[in-house]
Amino acid sequence: MELKSKCPTGPIETRWEKYKFDLKLVNPANKRKFNVIMVGSGLAGGSAAASMAELGYNVKCFCFQDSPRRAHSIAAQGGINAAKNYQNDGDSIFRLFYDTVKGGDFRARESNVYRLAQISVNIIDQCVAQGVPFAREYGGTLANRSFGGAQVSRTFYARGQTGQQLLIGAYQALERQIGMGKVQMYPRTEMLDLIVIDGKARGIVVRNLVTGKVESHVADAVVLGTGGYGNVFYLSTNAKGSNCTAIWRAYKRGAAMANPCFTQIHPTCIPVSGDYQSKLTLMSESLRNDGRIWVPIKKGDKRPPSQIPESERDYYLERRYPSFGNLVPRDVASRAAKAVCDEGRGVGSGLGVYLDFADAISRLGKQGVKERYSNLFEMYERITGEDPYSVPMRIYPAIHYTMGGLWVDYNLMTTVPGLYSIGEANFSDHGANRLGASALMQGLADGYFVLPYTIGDYLATTKLEKVSTDHPAVRQAEAGVAKRTKQFLDAKGKRTVASFHRELGKLVWDECGMARNEAGLKRALTRIPELREEFWKNVNVLGHGEELNQALENAGRVADFLEFGELMCMDALNRQESCGGHFREEFQTPDGEALRNDEQYSYAAAWEFAGPDKAPILNKEPLTFDYVHPSQRSYK
Amino acid sequence: MKLTLHIWRQKNAGQPGHMAVYNVTASEHMSFLEMLDVLNEELTSKGEEPVAFDHDCREGICGSCGFMINGIAHGPQRGTTVCQLHMRKFKDGDVLYLEPWRARAFPVIRDLVVDRSAFDRIIASGGFITAPTGSGPDGNAIPVPKTNADLAMDAAACIGCGACVAACPNAAAALFTGAKISHLGLLPQGQPEREQRVLSMVATVKEEMFGSCTNIGECEAVCPKEIKLEVIARMNRDYLRASWTTRGEAAREDGI
Repeated sequence: MELKSKCPTGPIETRWEKYKFDLKLVNPANKRKFNVIMVGSGLAGGSAAASMAELGYNVKCFCFQDSPRRAHSIAAQGGINAAKNYQNDGDSIFRLFYDTVKGGDFRARESNVYRLAQISVNIIDQCVAQGVPFAREYGGTLANRSFGGAQVSRTFYARGQTGQQLLIGAYQALERQIGMGKVQMYPRTEMLDLIVIDGKARGIVVRNLVTGKVESHVADAVVLGTGGYGNVFYLSTNAKGSNCTAIWRAYKRGAAMANPCFTQIHPTCIPVSGDYQSKLTLMSESLRNDGRIWVPIKKGDKRPPSQIPESERDYYLERRYPSFGNLVPRDVASRAAKAVCDEGRGVGSGLGVYLDFADAISRLGKQGVKERYSNLFEMYERITGEDPYSVPMRIYPAIHYTMGGLWVDYNLMTTVPGLYSIGEANFSDHGANRLGASALMQGLADGYFVLPYTIGDYLATTKLEKVSTDHPAVRQAEAGVAKRTKQFLDAKGKRTVASFHRELGKLVWDECGMARNEAGLKRALTRIPELREEFWKNVNVLGHGEELNQALENAGRVADFLEFGELMCMDALNRQESCGGHFREEFQTPDGEALRNDEQYSYAAAWEFAGPDKAPILNKEPLTFDYVHPSQRSYK
Repeated sequence: MKLTLHIWRQKNAGQPGHMAVYNVTASEHMSFLEMLDVLNEELTSKGEEPVAFDHDCREGICGSCGFMINGIAHGPQRGTTVCQLHMRKFKDGDVLYLEPWRARAFPVIRDLVVDRSAFDRIIASGGFITAPTGSGPDGNAIPVPKTNADLAMDAAACIGCGACVAACPNAAAALFTGAKISHLGLLPQGQPEREQRVLSMVATVKEEMFGSCTNIGECEAVCPKEIKLEVIARMNRDYLRASWTTRGEAAREDGI
């Protein structure tokens, strides 16, 4: 497979502008002759569906939730970055670009990231115009805060619900188009296969989750905005329904999967409390601005925190990183927490560290702390039953975001012509580590301002034969889906779908989580195929296919995670370096920091499906850096 | 802790439902939905079909979950969705009755799952600001007084879960619709369409067979985002004004 990134050259400031001009346009009168399928309705999918319909295309939009407003973008708390420089603190498009490339540990494309930084300013304008209630200063201007260790205040926010408000903005724009008949919305409908005809993506096979009916839709192009694959770990901050099925089906139809081992672990989540736990809850990163993180110096110290004197506490982030202290980036903070817990100094169940506000309370008063964090403190108390004003919070890292995803070129097109991937579902802009408040920016950049331009070029320049749902390729894909459904229902085994998912999650968390090594990855690569085999023989899915059947839905998703997890471990094994969220224990500096290997691994790893029982093929897209020169990240 | 659950079981919209009794052992640290997960695992192992319920983020923000617990939408804890409700709020030996949202506009799909797509149609009929992609001026070109921005945000916090409708003896959608009308109507960007918005959204509410609001206030009491009744007052004020001031085809077409 040949990877053509189509990245423009020349001065980086004008690349996107020039490229846009060179893209072919579709005549306004012809736009209504084209049909586009949008899978997913989050920030990327919702904004893309609305924007394409505004341009005149006929759009069909699909989501598995009961309404497009429920997509998991809604749960993002912190904010959205934009290089507006409203605070006059020296921010610029170049600075946002620079921070993102560096924060991604030099594993993203410069051209893409620069475009993202340029577009960031348009996103804010768009969202304000839609009525997103961003936080304001008394003079009526937009408020900003700093976030995730950035040295400028460029984060726009709507209380702790920025994702919700941005999604509602996109959802309302989408509903407007639905009301006008330009978008046909299919909620409670899940994509189960991609239809490829003459080498081009021409449609999808879906299951109506209410009636169970399997049907197909054909179109001139297909866009996947189906989010990340964090739920391969079972416990994550993702929604329960978040899954990799759409991107995995696309992979098996020829779309390359890039850098699946780049997964982000968020340092401040509420720890696991028992085996029944169904998901993990994030506590906003902003808590680290005032909370101090510590564990007891002594191993296995079971005293309550109030009885551990100051001299017997280890404020390990402040000790190891005196200049950044508790504010080191996510990957560094997460690994440090794991290290102290591995030493046997974790608190609670052993997998937790304290986030202590006692100093902040004595400095700001209880009221002062309340003003800043009351929502988060209430949420913590609701979940744990402990009062964080009097007892330190317990936190532990959890899977939060996945930087890897379908490989896309500068047009956001995958290696299957006519198949696009946007938002978290693609791999493009965050490299090996995403900065805080950048996910919302990327999802909306792709959906509002990149895809609507680039998809036109494809439609204008590609000869697309008329196809119908009677095409043999459609029938064949539908038969495949029906066969799989029957297999789940006929297995009549002993174990529930969730028990397999939990076992897979624990396995990849242990061997391919915060720290990875060759032996562990090899263990996982032996164990995952065994587990998969057992799943197909011994899974227990009751009921039938022609009804609302949540166990059947989950079975399909878990079956795909069981395949995806293997590729993730393969990628982690192949990448013999540590960078961003990917930490290989064999590759670290003497003081335990990530050690990149730019000479051999400065590339995006794009895995190509070679057949059911064959090893996938590794394709490499080399990365070059003309503006931001790779250096070792240091937060000491 | 041991609990007795009476749960509404209904195979699909076309068949009658019934209450079924289950016993379940739970830990006080579980969330309510995790307790149902445990029940479902047990049922599946015994060869009985699990209870269907809607849920997704389990962080109280997506609005997917929700059902009645002993007659209260989202259960006994104020300002909390059922996914964020924890078992420590219950006692050993409690008997709980779980039923789906009951409203004509929200037909039951299965067990505790209902069809809330009427909410989407209300939004599609006017719950937006027309601002096609790329048409916005610079973000700071539209100053918004902080008080208005904060009030708009209070209203925009609605998660569209439907608890307000389920709690209302009239099954009215006034809190939901009023929240959107307030969010957009409080902002300068929302002014050009303010009157048309309220007229068409209210017309859609009627078409979707929601009941009328009689100011009872059950909606506010159960709203997990604690949206205030004042949004209904704003809606009524806007509606009254728009009914008087809007002339021409737009108003008549909606049959108002």
